[in-house]
Amino acid sequence: MPTKTTTTLLLAALLLPLGSSAASRDELLGQYALSARAASPAFSGFSAARGEKLHVTKFAGGKAETPACTSCHADSPLSAGRTPAGKSIDALAVSLTPTRYTDPAKVEKWFKRNCHDVLGRECTPLEKGDWLSYMISQ
Amino acid sequence: MKAIALKIPFRPIALGLVVLLFSGVLLERAQAGGGHFFPPVTDPLVREECGSCHLAYAPSMLPKSSWTRMMGELKNHFGDDASVDAAKTERITRYLNANAADSGGQRNGGKLLRGVSMENAPLRITELPRWVSEHRKISTAEWKSKKVGSKANCVACHVDAERGYYDE
Repeated sequence: MPTKTTTTLLLAALLLPLGSSAASRDELLGQYALSARAASPAFSGFSAARGEKLHVTKFAGGKAETPACTSCHADSPLSAGRTPAGKSIDALAVSLTPTRYTDPAKVEKWFKRNCHDVLGRECTPLEKGDWLSYMISQ
Repeated sequence: MKAIALKIPFRPIALGLVVLLFSGVLLERAQAGGGHFFPPVTDPLVREECGSCHLAYAPSMLPKSSWTRMMGELKNHFGDDASVDAAKTERITRYLNANAADSGGQRNGGKLLRGVSMENAPLRITELPRWVSEHRKISTAEWKSKKVGSKANCVACHVDAERGYYDE
């Protein structure tokens, strides 16, 4: 009995960090869903497939050097990217970089900067949710 | 008793002092990596905000006036909008200024900033005359190579740049 309790506790302790980072990502997705529904009552959930399309599409509205997310992040979310100044960027996929998207302020900061560079505008909550869903699925 | 107290061994002491001084100079040179050591950024906020897109450049590579100007125009940071909120801007500016070439980082930035006015220095480290002359042998092809790609990419050649060492 004590062994079982210990094992359970140990398992819980091991899974706790995993659970909390997943929870903070879900919370962020929930906020984007609220905003997306407010923007369009027809909103029926995020789509990783739409997120993937957004990730690889080349846009004309942003900077000439960065037409797509993949201009700096690698073509695959499973590979590391590279900034114009040569710094390596951790893979975007949650499976490879589990610490990603757990700090909402950081996520918003980079959406703001990168959407301006790539699309020449802010991203909509729908786009952010789709993109995030894609990265969580990877 | 008196006679013993007066017998100070001047020669060994002097010799010892010379040896100590000599090793001190050697140690300093070793630590300084032959004048190519620039202490890396240690503040986590500065590392995060100034080190995501490029290497978090050592504050001792530029004087206070350059850092202050740069932090005042983050909206157009060499063509990028790198602005951060007011509180972070203030904290980062304070850190950079405290460790700038003409304050905390004086000893290390000294050579790199030779011949540069502390009040009117460039914003780009790569425009410092000393930087230009130290890199004069690098060809355009090398700068444009896949491995380097940008003059901002110090670590492509200076493998220990993240830790502050810029030897060849």
